[in-house]
Amino acid sequence: MKTLKIEELSKNFGSTEVLRKINLEIDEGNFLVLLGPSGCGKSTLLNIIAGLETINEGNVHIDDYNVSKVEPKDRNIAMVFQSYALYPSMNVRENMIFGLKQAKVSKEKIEEQLEKVSKFLQVDALLERKPSQLSGGQRQRVAIGRALVREPRIFLFDEPLSNLDAKLRVEMRREIKKLHQQLKTTVVYVTHDQTEAMSLGTNIAIMNHGVIQQNDTPENIYNKPSNTFVADFIGSPSMNLIKGNLKESSNKFSFITHGSNIEIPINGYDFKEKSNLDNKEVFFGIRPEHIFFKKSNEKDFEINLRADLSEYIGHEQIMTFNFENQEVLAKFPSTVKIDLSKNTKLFFDLTQISLFDAKTEERI
Amino acid sequence: MQDKTHSSYKQLEQKSKYTNLFLRWFLYFVLVIFALYFIFPLYVMVVTSLKTMEEIRQGTLLTWPSGLNFDSWLVAWGGRGYGAGDTFLKPYFWNSIKMVVPAVFFSTFIGAMAGYVLTKWRFKGDKWVFLFLLFGCFIPYQAILLPMARTLGVLGISNSVIGLVLVHTVYGIPFTTLFFRNFYVSIPSELVKAARIDGAGFFKIFFKILLPVSTPIIVVTIIWQFTQIWNDFLFGSTFSFGEAAPIQVALNNMVLSSTSVKEYNVDMASAIIAGIPTLIVYVLAGKYFIRGLTSGAVKG
Repeated sequence: MKTLKIEELSKNFGSTEVLRKINLEIDEGNFLVLLGPSGCGKSTLLNIIAGLETINEGNVHIDDYNVSKVEPKDRNIAMVFQSYALYPSMNVRENMIFGLKQAKVSKEKIEEQLEKVSKFLQVDALLERKPSQLSGGQRQRVAIGRALVREPRIFLFDEPLSNLDAKLRVEMRREIKKLHQQLKTTVVYVTHDQTEAMSLGTNIAIMNHGVIQQNDTPENIYNKPSNTFVADFIGSPSMNLIKGNLKESSNKFSFITHGSNIEIPINGYDFKEKSNLDNKEVFFGIRPEHIFFKKSNEKDFEINLRADLSEYIGHEQIMTFNFENQEVLAKFPSTVKIDLSKNTKLFFDLTQISLFDAKTEERI
Repeated sequence: MQDKTHSSYKQLEQKSKYTNLFLRWFLYFVLVIFALYFIFPLYVMVVTSLKTMEEIRQGTLLTWPSGLNFDSWLVAWGGRGYGAGDTFLKPYFWNSIKMVVPAVFFSTFIGAMAGYVLTKWRFKGDKWVFLFLLFGCFIPYQAILLPMARTLGVLGISNSVIGLVLVHTVYGIPFTTLFFRNFYVSIPSELVKAARIDGAGFFKIFFKILLPVSTPIIVVTIIWQFTQIWNDFLFGSTFSFGEAAPIQVALNNMVLSSTSVKEYNVDMASAIIAGIPTLIVYVLAGKYFIRGLTSGAVKG
């Protein structure tokens, strides 16, 4: 049984297509992160799951029950908003039990739930305070508490951390992770922050222009991006995409950039399909962190590149190299000394590369 | 070289000091002039209302009254006690109260509802509805006199306080809606979403969540509507006469219908009485007025 199943979902605002044929499934207890740049439709998708937006086509199932036309309050979900959306005129206690009161839960049960959740989230000392008397982190806790007391089947988070300062954001991120580990409730979490997505999600669905680009585990998203958008979106700095051609001779493959004689052997690469590859125009993808200063393993490809730019950021430095007039970025520990405008010997870890078709931009 | 610049800086400093001093005194001077200009009519009114007719004839506008003589105030409020032809404010004052309180209440309430719907329950064509309402703000009073008279006639409530309540409520809705819409636009829609997930319906969200944070804009609207309706003369004089007239119409009748002598002291006292309620509303709610007009937003 899937806790949440979305089939062929489409949504328009007037003539603008916001979501196109979305298919998505979440198993019980999983943490799904919807990740994408702003305007990609991720928040709309979340609102549709919550029932706050109508659907043009397709269906939403919760626990195998079609809820496409069910009111938000009857969907057995709870939502935490970016602006916390605490009711300003009510104190913390009233905020947290508002939903239960609406659902006509008995007084004893409400008190029991309130006590349990407020202790759990350490807001039991704040119950009589108004939202305006709370700090950002406390408001966030109360907002989560308000969602928790309802014991929903699915938690929906809409960029819950983006209003917090950097330090608090990292703390709250850990707390949400702990919360999920303890409660094991299914979560759908919207964010535009890739670190949040990577650290929290058991699954990440990367969206762009209303289409899911890749829905996979964080490891696969990072190591095997399914197209150049995902490759470019994940990682900081993002993956180097070097343009060139494939060459096949007697079942041995190599990559050659335009107008150069640098030939990178890629025999170890796990092609999806090993046909029609000769002379194919491709992007050769390698992450900055997979370019090394010292040999990392046997298959490393050794190359001499000229360093053009150095960005020092404390624990590491990002160097820009000239690879046949294409920029290639690499990340090194800041202890390594590299001279600018000079050729430096580098090692590409060929076990970590990705190849994309230059026309379709899909992984091959 | 060094000394020269130093001394010239000193000179400049002196100069700017004198300029500032002069400008400051000039500013005070202008402000005092304006303050006197504004306070002068009120002074004349209060002083005249406390004089006897004898004093008024002998002294000038500015002379101080001989004592605190409230006779003219009593006459203005309660009349002289003889029967026909004696016009005094008391019954009309209550007419006005009976007109203002419901009219302010209904127009504010309907405006709040409309603002809530226009911002938090968007529907197809809501922009047009708002545009037409906004258009209502620019329709001059005179333009609606005839159609409104006809409407009141058909409804059978012409020349009654109820009729005036209806007129003022309808005419006030564009303004009150505008106020509340602009206020609710600044309140995050996520509040409404959260409440919907919590299971609150249309009215519950309005009464439990939005209305409790609307105090500043409610006060602004009440002051605005109260002043407009209380001070209105045109609708009052057109749609009512005799017994049902509001205070502004009665004041006009009183001042104009004097038989022989013009009793300036009674006229002044009447005018002040007719203006007092709006003053009270301003004094009680004034600080909200400024705050509500400038800030508007409630941060969660």
